[in-house]
Amino acid sequence: MRKTAADPKGVLEGAHFLDGDHAIAEGALAAGCRFFAGYPITPSTETAERFAERCPGVGGMFIQMEDEIASIAALVGGAWGGQKVMTVTSGPGLSLMMENLGLAVMTETPMVIADVQRAGPSTGLPTMPAQQDMMQIRWGSHGDYRIIALCPDSPQECFDLTVEAFNLSETYRVPVFIMADETVGHMHEKVVIPPAEDIEVVQRNWYEGPKKDYRPYQFTGKDVAPMVKAGDGYRFHLTGLTHDERGYPHLTVDQNEKVVTHLIEKIDSNADKIIQLDESEMEGAEVVVVSYGITSRIVSRAVQLAREAGIKTGSMRLITIWPFAEKRIEELSGKVKAIVVPEINYGQMVREVERSAAGRCRVVSVPHCGGAVHNPEVILDAIVEASK
Amino acid sequence: MHEVRFSGFGGQGIVRCALITGKALSMYDDKFATMTQSFGPEARGGACSSQLVVSESRVLYPYVTLPGVLIALSQDSYTTYEPKLRDGGVLIYEADLVTPKEDDGRVQMYPAPVTRFAEELGNRLFANLVTLGCFSAITKIVTQDAMKKALPGLVPDRFLEVNKKAFDKGYAYGLESLDKKPLVTGDAQ
Repeated sequence: MRKTAADPKGVLEGAHFLDGDHAIAEGALAAGCRFFAGYPITPSTETAERFAERCPGVGGMFIQMEDEIASIAALVGGAWGGQKVMTVTSGPGLSLMMENLGLAVMTETPMVIADVQRAGPSTGLPTMPAQQDMMQIRWGSHGDYRIIALCPDSPQECFDLTVEAFNLSETYRVPVFIMADETVGHMHEKVVIPPAEDIEVVQRNWYEGPKKDYRPYQFTGKDVAPMVKAGDGYRFHLTGLTHDERGYPHLTVDQNEKVVTHLIEKIDSNADKIIQLDESEMEGAEVVVVSYGITSRIVSRAVQLAREAGIKTGSMRLITIWPFAEKRIEELSGKVKAIVVPEINYGQMVREVERSAAGRCRVVSVPHCGGAVHNPEVILDAIVEASK
Repeated sequence: MHEVRFSGFGGQGIVRCALITGKALSMYDDKFATMTQSFGPEARGGACSSQLVVSESRVLYPYVTLPGVLIALSQDSYTTYEPKLRDGGVLIYEADLVTPKEDDGRVQMYPAPVTRFAEELGNRLFANLVTLGCFSAITKIVTQDAMKKALPGLVPDRFLEVNKKAFDKGYAYGLESLDKKPLVTGDAQ
Protein backbone atom coordinates (compact mmCIF):
# COMPACT_ATOMS: atom_id res chain seq x y z
CA MET A 1 0.00 0.00 0.00
CA ARG A 2 1.49 3.26 -1.12
CA LYS A 3 0.25 6.53 0.37
CA THR A 4 0.89 9.79 -1.42
CA ALA A 5 -0.48 13.32 -1.49
CA ALA A 6 -3.50 13.87 -3.73
CA ASP A 7 -3.06 14.83 -7.37
CA PRO A 8 -3.60 18.62 -7.27
CA LYS A 9 -5.48 18.46 -10.57
CA GLY A 10 -8.50 16.92 -8.86
CA VAL A 11 -8.42 19.06 -5.72
CA LEU A 12 -10.64 22.14 -5.61
CA GLU A 13 -8.75 23.64 -2.69
CA GLY A 14 -10.49 26.22 -0.52
CA ALA A 15 -13.72 26.92 1.33
CA HIS A 16 -16.99 26.31 -0.49
CA PHE A 17 -20.71 26.36 0.28
CA LEU A 18 -21.68 22.94 -1.03
CA ASP A 19 -24.36 20.34 -0.68
CA GLY A 20 -23.40 16.82 0.35
CA ASP A 21 -23.90 15.40 -3.15
CA HIS A 22 -21.45 17.88 -4.65
CA ALA A 23 -19.01 17.29 -1.81
CA ILE A 24 -19.03 13.56 -2.62
CA ALA A 25 -18.06 14.34 -6.22
CA GLU A 26 -15.24 16.61 -5.01
CA GLY A 27 -14.06 13.93 -2.58
CA ALA A 28 -13.93 11.41 -5.41
CA LEU A 29 -11.93 13.74 -7.65
CA ALA A 30 -9.54 14.55 -4.81
CA ALA A 31 -9.06 10.83 -4.10
CA GLY A 32 -8.02 10.30 -7.70
CA CYS A 33 -11.25 8.82 -9.08
CA ARG A 34 -11.22 9.33 -12.84
CA PHE A 35 -14.05 7.05 -13.96
CA PHE A 36 -17.71 7.43 -13.06
CA ALA A 37 -20.54 5.39 -14.51
CA GLY A 38 -24.04 6.02 -13.31
CA TYR A 39 -27.70 6.47 -13.95
CA PRO A 40 -29.48 9.54 -12.57
CA ILE A 41 -31.79 9.09 -9.61
CA THR A 42 -33.08 11.52 -6.99
CA PRO A 43 -31.62 12.46 -4.52
CA SER A 44 -28.17 11.45 -5.78
CA THR A 45 -28.10 12.99 -9.26
CA GLU A 46 -26.19 16.12 -8.24
CA THR A 47 -23.09 14.00 -7.57
CA ALA A 48 -23.17 12.66 -11.11
CA GLU A 49 -23.81 16.14 -12.53
CA ARG A 50 -20.89 17.63 -10.66
CA PHE A 51 -18.53 14.83 -11.61
CA ALA A 52 -19.62 15.04 -15.25
CA GLU A 53 -19.04 18.77 -15.30
CA ARG A 54 -15.68 18.67 -13.55
CA CYS A 55 -14.06 15.55 -14.97
CA PRO A 56 -13.05 16.76 -18.46
CA GLY A 57 -10.85 19.37 -16.76
CA VAL A 58 -9.05 16.75 -14.68
CA GLY A 59 -8.78 14.06 -17.34
CA GLY A 60 -11.59 11.86 -16.08
CA MET A 61 -14.39 10.03 -17.81
CA PHE A 62 -18.11 10.07 -17.07
CA ILE A 63 -20.55 7.67 -18.70
CA GLN A 64 -24.28 7.81 -18.26
CA MET A 65 -25.25 4.16 -18.49
CA GLU A 66 -28.56 2.64 -19.52
CA ASP A 67 -29.35 1.60 -15.94
CA GLU A 68 -27.79 0.79 -12.60
CA ILE A 69 -27.08 -2.84 -13.50
CA ALA A 70 -24.81 -1.60 -16.26
CA SER A 71 -23.40 1.19 -14.08
CA ILE A 72 -21.85 -1.12 -11.52
CA ALA A 73 -20.78 -3.56 -14.25
CA ALA A 74 -18.92 -0.68 -15.89
CA LEU A 75 -17.15 -0.01 -12.61
CA VAL A 76 -15.77 -3.55 -12.55
CA GLY A 77 -14.41 -2.97 -16.05
CA GLY A 78 -13.16 0.52 -15.28
CA ALA A 79 -11.28 -0.61 -12.19
CA TRP A 80 -9.55 -3.46 -14.03
CA GLY A 81 -8.84 -1.00 -16.82
CA GLY A 82 -6.72 0.83 -14.25
CA GLN A 83 -8.89 3.58 -12.82
CA LYS A 84 -10.28 4.42 -9.44
CA VAL A 85 -14.03 4.20 -10.03
CA MET A 86 -17.31 5.25 -8.48
CA THR A 87 -21.04 5.40 -8.94
CA VAL A 88 -23.86 7.00 -7.02
CA THR A 89 -27.46 5.93 -6.60
CA SER A 90 -30.46 5.66 -4.32
CA GLY A 91 -32.93 2.94 -3.26
CA PRO A 92 -34.36 1.56 -6.52
CA GLY A 93 -31.00 1.87 -8.28
CA LEU A 94 -29.23 0.22 -5.37
CA SER A 95 -31.54 -2.77 -5.66
CA LEU A 96 -30.54 -3.16 -9.30
CA MET A 97 -26.86 -3.11 -8.34
CA MET A 98 -27.04 -6.04 -5.97
CA GLU A 99 -26.16 -8.79 -8.44
CA ASN A 100 -23.02 -7.13 -9.73
CA LEU A 101 -22.08 -6.00 -6.23
CA GLY A 102 -21.48 -9.72 -5.70
CA LEU A 103 -19.31 -9.84 -8.82
CA ALA A 104 -17.26 -6.90 -7.51
CA VAL A 105 -16.88 -8.58 -4.13
CA MET A 106 -15.93 -11.93 -5.67
CA THR A 107 -13.41 -10.41 -8.10
CA GLU A 108 -12.08 -8.18 -5.27
CA THR A 109 -12.56 -5.10 -7.37
CA PRO A 110 -12.04 -1.74 -5.61
CA MET A 111 -14.92 0.68 -6.14
CA VAL A 112 -16.89 3.29 -4.26
CA ILE A 113 -20.69 3.38 -4.30
CA ALA A 114 -22.48 6.35 -2.77
CA ASP A 115 -26.05 5.61 -1.72
CA VAL A 116 -27.96 8.82 -1.06
CA GLN A 117 -30.82 7.18 0.79
CA ARG A 118 -34.45 8.09 0.23
CA ALA A 119 -37.51 6.55 1.83
CA GLY A 120 -38.74 3.25 0.44
CA PRO A 121 -39.76 0.54 -0.20
CA SER A 122 -39.81 0.72 -3.99
CA THR A 123 -39.91 4.28 -5.36
CA GLY A 124 -41.26 5.47 -1.99
CA LEU A 125 -40.50 9.11 -1.24
CA PRO A 126 -37.84 10.13 -3.78
CA THR A 127 -37.15 13.56 -2.32
CA MET A 128 -37.12 12.72 1.37
CA PRO A 129 -34.52 11.17 3.66
CA ALA A 130 -34.22 7.68 5.12
CA GLN A 131 -31.63 5.26 6.48
CA GLN A 132 -33.33 2.15 5.24
CA ASP A 133 -30.61 0.56 3.14
CA MET A 134 -28.21 -0.22 5.98
CA MET A 135 -28.88 -3.96 5.89
CA GLN A 136 -29.35 -4.16 2.13
CA ILE A 137 -25.77 -3.15 1.43
CA ARG A 138 -24.57 -5.71 3.95
CA TRP A 139 -26.70 -8.66 2.86
CA GLY A 140 -28.29 -7.65 -0.45
CA SER A 141 -26.15 -9.71 -2.79
CA HIS A 142 -26.31 -13.46 -2.43
CA GLY A 143 -23.62 -15.51 -0.74
CA ASP A 144 -21.35 -14.72 2.20
CA TYR A 145 -19.14 -11.68 1.93
CA ARG A 146 -18.08 -8.43 3.59
CA ILE A 147 -18.15 -4.86 2.40
CA ILE A 148 -17.16 -1.60 4.10
CA ALA A 149 -19.63 1.24 4.66
CA LEU A 150 -19.12 4.78 5.97
CA CYS A 151 -21.83 7.21 7.01
CA PRO A 152 -21.40 11.01 6.69
CA ASP A 153 -23.39 13.47 8.82
CA SER A 154 -22.57 16.65 6.88
CA PRO A 155 -21.37 17.92 3.51
CA GLN A 156 -17.86 18.27 5.01
CA GLU A 157 -17.89 14.61 5.95
CA CYS A 158 -19.24 13.72 2.51
CA PHE A 159 -15.96 15.06 1.18
CA ASP A 160 -13.72 13.60 3.89
CA LEU A 161 -15.31 10.15 3.95
CA THR A 162 -15.35 9.83 0.16
CA VAL A 163 -11.58 10.23 0.18
CA GLU A 164 -11.43 7.68 3.00
CA ALA A 165 -13.75 5.33 1.09
CA PHE A 166 -11.37 5.25 -1.88
CA ASN A 167 -8.43 4.64 0.42
CA LEU A 168 -10.14 1.70 2.11
CA SER A 169 -11.33 0.36 -1.21
CA GLU A 170 -7.78 0.29 -2.58
CA THR A 171 -6.33 -1.11 0.63
CA TYR A 172 -8.71 -4.06 0.85
CA ARG A 173 -9.82 -4.42 -2.79
CA VAL A 174 -13.46 -4.26 -1.75
CA PRO A 175 -16.53 -2.18 -2.65
CA VAL A 176 -16.94 0.64 -0.13
CA PHE A 177 -20.28 2.35 0.41
CA ILE A 178 -20.92 5.95 1.40
CA MET A 179 -24.28 5.86 3.16
CA ALA A 180 -25.57 9.41 2.81
CA ASP A 181 -29.23 10.38 2.87
CA GLU A 182 -31.41 13.00 1.19
CA THR A 183 -30.93 15.53 3.97
CA VAL A 184 -27.14 15.33 4.02
CA GLY A 185 -27.07 15.07 0.22
CA HIS A 186 -29.10 18.19 -0.39
CA MET A 187 -28.15 20.30 2.61
CA HIS A 188 -25.64 23.10 1.94
CA GLU A 189 -22.91 23.91 4.43
CA LYS A 190 -19.37 25.15 4.39
CA VAL A 191 -16.95 22.54 3.08
CA VAL A 192 -13.23 23.11 3.41
CA ILE A 193 -11.12 21.24 0.88
CA PRO A 194 -7.52 21.10 2.06
CA PRO A 195 -4.55 21.62 -0.24
CA ALA A 196 -3.59 18.52 -2.24
CA GLU A 197 -0.44 17.92 -0.17
CA ASP A 198 -2.56 17.56 2.98
CA ILE A 199 -4.89 14.93 1.51
CA GLU A 200 -3.57 11.41 2.01
CA VAL A 201 -4.41 9.12 -0.86
CA VAL A 202 -3.82 5.38 -1.06
CA GLN A 203 -2.53 4.53 -4.52
CA ARG A 204 -3.38 1.26 -6.15
CA ASN A 205 -0.97 -1.51 -5.38
CA TRP A 206 0.38 -2.23 -8.88
CA TYR A 207 2.13 -5.49 -9.63
CA GLU A 208 5.78 -5.10 -10.58
CA GLY A 209 7.21 -8.63 -11.04
CA PRO A 210 7.69 -10.74 -14.16
CA LYS A 211 4.57 -10.97 -16.32
CA LYS A 212 4.38 -14.74 -16.22
CA ASP A 213 4.28 -14.81 -12.43
CA TYR A 214 1.34 -12.47 -12.00
CA ARG A 215 -1.49 -13.73 -9.80
CA PRO A 216 -4.56 -11.49 -9.32
CA TYR A 217 -5.50 -13.18 -6.04
CA GLN A 218 -3.95 -14.35 -2.82
CA PHE A 219 -6.17 -15.96 -0.22
CA THR A 220 -4.41 -14.98 2.99
CA GLY A 221 -7.37 -13.48 4.82
CA LYS A 222 -5.22 -10.45 5.59
CA ASP A 223 -3.77 -8.79 2.53
CA VAL A 224 -4.84 -8.54 -1.06
CA ALA A 225 -2.83 -9.23 -4.21
CA PRO A 226 -1.52 -6.38 -6.35
CA MET A 227 -3.49 -5.45 -9.46
CA VAL A 228 -2.60 -4.89 -13.12
CA LYS A 229 -4.32 -3.14 -15.98
CA ALA A 230 -6.22 -5.22 -18.48
CA GLY A 231 -4.56 -4.86 -21.86
CA ASP A 232 -1.02 -4.53 -20.52
CA GLY A 233 -0.12 -8.07 -21.49
CA TYR A 234 -0.81 -10.02 -18.32
CA ARG A 235 -2.47 -13.38 -18.49
CA PHE A 236 -5.20 -13.65 -15.90
CA HIS A 237 -8.89 -14.27 -15.60
CA LEU A 238 -11.81 -12.66 -13.80
CA THR A 239 -14.91 -14.63 -13.00
CA GLY A 240 -17.71 -14.73 -10.50
CA LEU A 241 -17.12 -18.46 -10.17
CA THR A 242 -15.03 -19.79 -7.33
CA HIS A 243 -11.47 -19.38 -8.63
CA ASP A 244 -7.82 -20.08 -7.97
CA GLU A 245 -5.03 -17.54 -7.57
CA ARG A 246 -4.82 -17.00 -11.32
CA GLY A 247 -8.53 -16.29 -11.38
CA TYR A 248 -9.53 -19.43 -13.26
CA PRO A 249 -12.58 -21.40 -12.13
CA HIS A 250 -11.77 -23.98 -9.49
CA LEU A 251 -15.07 -25.44 -8.45
CA THR A 252 -14.37 -27.40 -5.30
CA VAL A 253 -15.53 -27.10 -1.72
CA ASP A 254 -11.94 -26.72 -0.51
CA GLN A 255 -11.28 -23.83 -2.88
CA ASN A 256 -14.58 -22.18 -1.98
CA GLU A 257 -13.58 -22.31 1.66
CA LYS A 258 -10.29 -20.54 0.83
CA VAL A 259 -11.96 -17.84 -1.26
CA VAL A 260 -14.93 -17.09 0.98
CA THR A 261 -12.86 -17.19 4.17
CA HIS A 262 -10.47 -14.73 2.59
CA LEU A 263 -13.27 -12.36 1.51
CA ILE A 264 -14.54 -12.31 5.07
CA GLU A 265 -11.27 -12.38 6.98
CA LYS A 266 -9.55 -9.62 5.01
CA ILE A 267 -12.17 -7.27 6.49
CA ASP A 268 -12.84 -8.92 9.88
CA SER A 269 -9.18 -9.31 10.78
CA ASN A 270 -8.60 -5.63 9.99
CA ALA A 271 -11.82 -4.36 11.58
CA ASP A 272 -10.02 -2.54 14.39
CA LYS A 273 -8.01 -0.59 11.83
CA ILE A 274 -11.06 0.20 9.72
CA ILE A 275 -13.64 1.19 12.34
CA GLN A 276 -14.01 4.87 13.19
CA LEU A 277 -16.30 6.04 15.99
CA ASP A 278 -17.04 9.47 17.38
CA GLU A 279 -17.82 9.25 21.09
CA SER A 280 -18.70 11.91 23.63
CA GLU A 281 -19.15 11.83 27.41
CA MET A 282 -19.04 8.05 27.65
CA GLU A 283 -17.33 8.10 31.06
CA GLY A 284 -19.90 7.19 33.71
CA ALA A 285 -22.80 7.28 31.25
CA GLU A 286 -26.02 5.54 32.32
CA VAL A 287 -27.51 5.68 28.87
CA VAL A 288 -25.64 5.71 25.58
CA VAL A 289 -27.25 6.76 22.32
CA VAL A 290 -25.83 4.99 19.28
CA SER A 291 -26.61 6.71 15.99
CA TYR A 292 -25.19 7.48 12.56
CA GLY A 293 -25.49 9.95 9.68
CA ILE A 294 -28.00 12.78 9.85
CA THR A 295 -29.70 11.17 12.86
CA SER A 296 -26.55 11.82 14.92
CA ARG A 297 -27.10 15.56 14.58
CA ILE A 298 -30.64 15.26 15.86
CA VAL A 299 -29.28 13.06 18.64
CA SER A 300 -26.78 15.78 19.63
CA ARG A 301 -29.70 18.04 20.48
CA ALA A 302 -31.60 15.32 22.33
CA VAL A 303 -28.46 14.40 24.30
CA GLN A 304 -27.95 18.05 25.26
CA LEU A 305 -31.50 18.17 26.62
CA ALA A 306 -31.05 14.86 28.47
CA ARG A 307 -27.84 16.05 30.13
CA GLU A 308 -29.60 19.27 31.14
CA ALA A 309 -32.25 17.07 32.72
CA GLY A 310 -29.52 15.40 34.77
CA ILE A 311 -29.27 12.10 32.92
CA LYS A 312 -25.72 10.92 32.35
CA THR A 313 -25.92 10.39 28.62
CA GLY A 314 -23.13 9.30 26.34
CA SER A 315 -23.22 9.47 22.58
CA MET A 316 -21.59 7.18 20.07
CA ARG A 317 -21.68 8.03 16.39
CA LEU A 318 -20.90 5.22 13.99
CA ILE A 319 -18.77 6.73 11.23
CA THR A 320 -18.02 3.22 10.04
CA ILE A 321 -21.22 1.20 9.74
CA TRP A 322 -19.68 -2.00 8.32
CA PRO A 323 -17.69 -3.66 9.73
CA PHE A 324 -19.87 -3.09 12.79
CA ALA A 325 -18.28 -1.89 16.05
CA GLU A 326 -19.34 -5.04 17.88
CA LYS A 327 -16.39 -5.17 20.31
CA ARG A 328 -17.00 -1.64 21.53
CA ILE A 329 -20.74 -2.23 21.95
CA GLU A 330 -20.03 -5.45 23.83
CA GLU A 331 -17.69 -3.58 26.17
CA LEU A 332 -20.21 -0.78 26.73
CA SER A 333 -23.12 -3.07 27.34
CA GLY A 334 -21.49 -4.27 30.55
CA LYS A 335 -21.25 -0.71 31.89
CA VAL A 336 -24.48 1.07 31.01
CA LYS A 337 -28.15 0.69 31.85
CA ALA A 338 -29.35 1.02 28.30
CA ILE A 339 -28.36 1.75 24.75
CA VAL A 340 -30.80 3.81 22.69
CA VAL A 341 -30.69 3.47 18.92
CA PRO A 342 -32.64 6.01 16.84
CA GLU A 343 -32.49 5.50 13.08
CA ILE A 344 -34.64 6.47 10.11
CA ASN A 345 -35.93 2.95 9.54
CA TYR A 346 -37.97 0.44 11.48
CA GLY A 347 -34.95 -0.88 13.35
CA GLN A 348 -31.97 -2.14 11.34
CA MET A 349 -28.65 -1.36 13.03
CA VAL A 350 -30.37 -1.80 16.39
CA ARG A 351 -30.30 -5.54 15.68
CA GLU A 352 -26.51 -5.41 15.50
CA VAL A 353 -26.46 -3.52 18.78
CA GLU A 354 -28.75 -6.13 20.37
CA ARG A 355 -26.58 -8.94 19.04
CA SER A 356 -23.41 -7.34 20.42
CA ALA A 357 -24.97 -6.37 23.75
CA ALA A 358 -26.29 -9.94 24.09
CA GLY A 359 -28.67 -9.12 26.92
CA ARG A 360 -26.12 -7.34 29.14
CA CYS A 361 -28.11 -4.10 28.99
CA ARG A 362 -31.42 -2.88 27.62
CA VAL A 363 -31.41 -1.94 23.95
CA VAL A 364 -34.11 0.51 22.90
CA SER A 365 -35.02 1.09 19.28
CA VAL A 366 -36.34 4.53 18.26
CA PRO A 367 -37.64 3.84 14.78
CA HIS A 368 -38.85 6.31 12.12
CA CYS A 369 -40.77 5.36 9.01
CA GLY A 370 -38.66 7.57 6.73
CA GLY A 371 -39.36 10.82 4.90
CA ALA A 372 -38.08 13.11 7.65
CA VAL A 373 -35.64 13.22 10.53
CA HIS A 374 -36.68 12.44 14.12
CA ASN A 375 -38.12 15.06 16.36
CA PRO A 376 -35.42 15.47 19.07
CA GLU A 377 -38.15 15.22 21.74
CA VAL A 378 -38.92 11.66 20.69
CA ILE A 379 -35.29 10.67 21.21
CA LEU A 380 -35.21 12.57 24.50
CA ASP A 381 -38.28 10.66 25.72
CA ALA A 382 -36.58 7.37 24.87
CA ILE A 383 -33.45 8.41 26.80
CA VAL A 384 -35.50 9.43 29.83
CA GLU A 385 -37.49 6.19 29.73
CA ALA A 386 -34.32 4.12 29.31
CA SER A 387 -32.63 5.77 32.28
CA LYS A 388 -35.35 4.62 34.70
CA MET B 1 -29.32 31.48 16.51
CA HIS B 2 -31.50 32.61 13.64
CA GLU B 3 -33.96 30.65 11.58
CA VAL B 4 -34.88 32.21 8.24
CA ARG B 5 -37.33 31.05 5.61
CA PHE B 6 -37.41 32.39 2.04
CA SER B 7 -40.59 31.54 0.18
CA GLY B 8 -42.38 32.28 -3.06
CA PHE B 9 -43.16 30.40 -6.23
CA GLY B 10 -40.86 28.50 -8.58
CA GLY B 11 -38.79 30.87 -10.74
CA GLN B 12 -38.47 33.72 -8.25
CA GLY B 13 -35.01 32.67 -7.18
CA ILE B 14 -36.05 31.50 -3.74
CA VAL B 15 -33.44 28.76 -3.50
CA ARG B 16 -30.79 31.15 -4.81
CA CYS B 17 -31.66 33.60 -2.01
CA ALA B 18 -30.78 31.06 0.67
CA LEU B 19 -27.70 29.88 -1.23
CA ILE B 20 -26.29 33.39 -1.48
CA THR B 21 -27.08 34.20 2.14
CA GLY B 22 -25.76 30.88 3.42
CA LYS B 23 -22.55 31.26 1.46
CA ALA B 24 -22.13 34.87 2.67
CA LEU B 25 -22.62 33.88 6.31
CA SER B 26 -20.50 30.78 6.38
CA MET B 27 -17.65 31.96 4.20
CA TYR B 28 -17.41 35.71 4.82
CA ASP B 29 -19.22 36.46 8.09
CA ASP B 30 -17.59 33.68 10.10
CA LYS B 31 -20.92 32.08 11.07
CA PHE B 32 -22.23 28.55 10.76
CA ALA B 33 -25.08 28.29 8.28
CA THR B 34 -27.05 25.26 7.12
CA MET B 35 -29.31 25.61 4.13
CA THR B 36 -32.13 23.25 3.22
CA GLN B 37 -34.86 23.55 0.63
CA SER B 38 -38.30 22.14 0.29
CA PHE B 39 -37.68 19.89 -2.62
CA GLY B 40 -40.35 17.96 -4.40
CA PRO B 41 -42.57 17.83 -7.45
CA GLU B 42 -45.40 19.26 -5.39
CA ALA B 43 -43.48 22.53 -5.02
CA ARG B 44 -43.67 23.43 -8.72
CA GLY B 45 -45.97 26.36 -9.22
CA GLY B 46 -47.08 26.27 -5.61
CA ALA B 47 -45.40 27.54 -2.48
CA CYS B 48 -41.68 26.84 -2.60
CA SER B 49 -39.24 27.58 0.16
CA SER B 50 -35.66 27.47 1.25
CA GLN B 51 -34.47 27.64 4.82
CA LEU B 52 -31.39 28.75 6.68
CA VAL B 53 -30.32 28.00 10.21
CA VAL B 54 -27.60 30.43 11.33
CA SER B 55 -25.54 30.00 14.44
CA GLU B 56 -22.34 31.02 16.20
CA SER B 57 -21.50 27.33 16.65
CA ARG B 58 -22.10 24.24 14.57
CA VAL B 59 -25.74 23.83 13.56
CA LEU B 60 -27.07 20.53 14.89
CA TYR B 61 -30.71 20.26 13.85
CA PRO B 62 -30.59 21.25 10.16
CA TYR B 63 -34.21 22.28 9.63
CA VAL B 64 -35.98 25.43 10.77
CA THR B 65 -38.52 24.76 13.50
CA LEU B 66 -39.94 28.18 14.39
CA PRO B 67 -38.42 30.78 12.07
CA GLY B 68 -37.93 34.34 13.28
CA VAL B 69 -37.72 35.72 9.75
CA LEU B 70 -40.02 34.99 6.82
CA ILE B 71 -39.60 36.36 3.31
CA ALA B 72 -42.79 35.82 1.31
CA LEU B 73 -42.79 36.70 -2.38
CA SER B 74 -46.16 35.18 -3.29
CA GLN B 75 -49.64 35.05 -1.81
CA ASP B 76 -49.50 31.28 -1.59
CA SER B 77 -46.27 31.24 0.34
CA TYR B 78 -47.51 33.99 2.65
CA THR B 79 -50.65 31.98 3.41
CA THR B 80 -48.68 28.78 3.95
CA TYR B 81 -45.83 30.09 6.05
CA GLU B 82 -47.02 33.21 7.88
CA PRO B 83 -48.77 31.18 10.60
CA LYS B 84 -45.47 29.37 11.20
CA LEU B 85 -43.56 32.61 11.79
CA ARG B 86 -42.62 33.15 15.43
CA ASP B 87 -44.53 35.78 17.44
CA GLY B 88 -42.66 39.07 17.09
CA GLY B 89 -40.82 37.72 14.06
CA VAL B 90 -39.99 39.70 10.93
CA LEU B 91 -42.11 39.34 7.82
CA ILE B 92 -40.77 40.86 4.60
CA TYR B 93 -43.32 40.48 1.82
CA GLU B 94 -43.73 41.37 -1.85
CA ALA B 95 -45.95 44.45 -1.56
CA ASP B 96 -47.54 44.06 -5.02
CA LEU B 97 -48.09 40.30 -4.96
CA VAL B 98 -49.10 39.65 -1.38
CA THR B 99 -52.20 40.98 0.31
CA PRO B 100 -51.59 40.28 3.98
CA LYS B 101 -54.29 40.03 6.59
CA GLU B 102 -54.77 43.06 8.76
CA ASP B 103 -51.72 43.91 10.88
CA ASP B 104 -52.62 42.70 14.37
CA GLY B 105 -49.12 43.30 15.70
CA ARG B 106 -48.28 39.59 16.04
CA VAL B 107 -45.33 39.93 13.69
CA GLN B 108 -43.30 42.89 12.38
CA MET B 109 -44.40 43.51 8.82
CA TYR B 110 -42.24 45.10 6.14
CA PRO B 111 -43.75 45.38 2.67
CA ALA B 112 -41.32 45.80 -0.25
CA PRO B 113 -42.20 46.14 -3.96
CA VAL B 114 -39.20 44.05 -4.97
CA THR B 115 -40.52 42.90 -8.36
CA ARG B 116 -41.31 46.47 -9.39
CA PHE B 117 -37.80 47.62 -8.38
CA ALA B 118 -36.32 44.74 -10.34
CA GLU B 119 -38.33 45.64 -13.43
CA GLU B 120 -37.02 49.19 -13.15
CA LEU B 121 -33.52 47.68 -13.32
CA GLY B 122 -34.45 45.87 -16.51
CA ASN B 123 -35.67 42.44 -15.48
CA ARG B 124 -37.95 40.99 -12.83
CA LEU B 125 -35.41 38.20 -12.38
CA PHE B 126 -33.42 40.55 -10.16
CA ALA B 127 -36.26 40.62 -7.62
CA ASN B 128 -34.51 38.08 -5.41
CA LEU B 129 -31.44 40.30 -5.08
CA VAL B 130 -33.64 43.29 -4.23
CA THR B 131 -35.23 41.06 -1.62
CA LEU B 132 -31.85 40.08 -0.21
CA GLY B 133 -30.93 43.78 0.05
CA CYS B 134 -34.09 44.47 2.09
CA PHE B 135 -33.52 41.38 4.22
CA SER B 136 -29.91 42.35 5.00
CA ALA B 137 -30.78 45.95 5.86
CA ILE B 138 -33.75 45.09 8.05
CA THR B 139 -32.53 42.04 9.95
CA LYS B 140 -28.74 42.67 10.02
CA ILE B 141 -28.28 38.90 10.21
CA VAL B 142 -25.76 39.06 7.38
CA THR B 143 -23.43 41.89 6.39
CA GLN B 144 -23.75 43.78 3.13
CA ASP B 145 -20.09 43.15 2.40
CA ALA B 146 -20.38 39.38 2.81
CA MET B 147 -23.44 39.26 0.57
CA LYS B 148 -21.62 41.00 -2.26
CA LYS B 149 -18.62 38.74 -1.89
CA ALA B 150 -20.91 35.73 -2.12
CA LEU B 151 -22.43 36.71 -5.46
CA PRO B 152 -19.72 35.59 -7.93
CA GLY B 153 -20.40 32.01 -8.92
CA LEU B 154 -24.03 32.23 -7.83
CA VAL B 155 -25.19 34.79 -10.40
CA PRO B 156 -23.99 34.83 -14.02
CA ASP B 157 -20.85 36.96 -14.48
CA ARG B 158 -22.45 39.22 -17.04
CA PHE B 159 -25.23 40.09 -14.60
CA LEU B 160 -23.00 40.53 -11.56
CA GLU B 161 -23.05 44.33 -11.59
CA VAL B 162 -26.78 44.68 -12.11
CA ASN B 163 -27.39 42.13 -9.36
CA LYS B 164 -25.24 44.23 -7.02
CA LYS B 165 -27.29 47.26 -8.02
CA ALA B 166 -30.47 45.34 -7.29
CA PHE B 167 -29.08 44.42 -3.88
CA ASP B 168 -28.18 48.08 -3.16
CA LYS B 169 -31.63 49.21 -4.22
CA GLY B 170 -33.20 46.73 -1.81
CA TYR B 171 -30.76 47.63 0.93
CA ALA B 172 -31.56 51.35 0.63
CA TYR B 173 -35.26 50.58 0.67
CA GLY B 174 -34.79 48.35 3.71
CA LEU B 175 -33.05 51.17 5.59
CA GLU B 176 -35.87 53.58 4.68
CA SER B 177 -38.39 51.05 5.95
CA LEU B 178 -36.49 50.79 9.21
CA ASP B 179 -36.56 54.58 9.59
CA LYS B 180 -40.32 54.47 9.30
CA LYS B 181 -40.73 51.41 11.48
CA PRO B 182 -37.77 50.54 13.71
CA LEU B 183 -37.19 46.87 14.30
CA VAL B 184 -37.89 45.59 17.77
CA THR B 185 -35.17 43.05 18.46
CA GLY B 186 -34.83 40.61 21.29
CA ASP B 187 -36.27 37.15 21.34
CA ALA B 188 -38.11 38.01 18.15
CA GLN B 189 -35.51 36.58 15.86
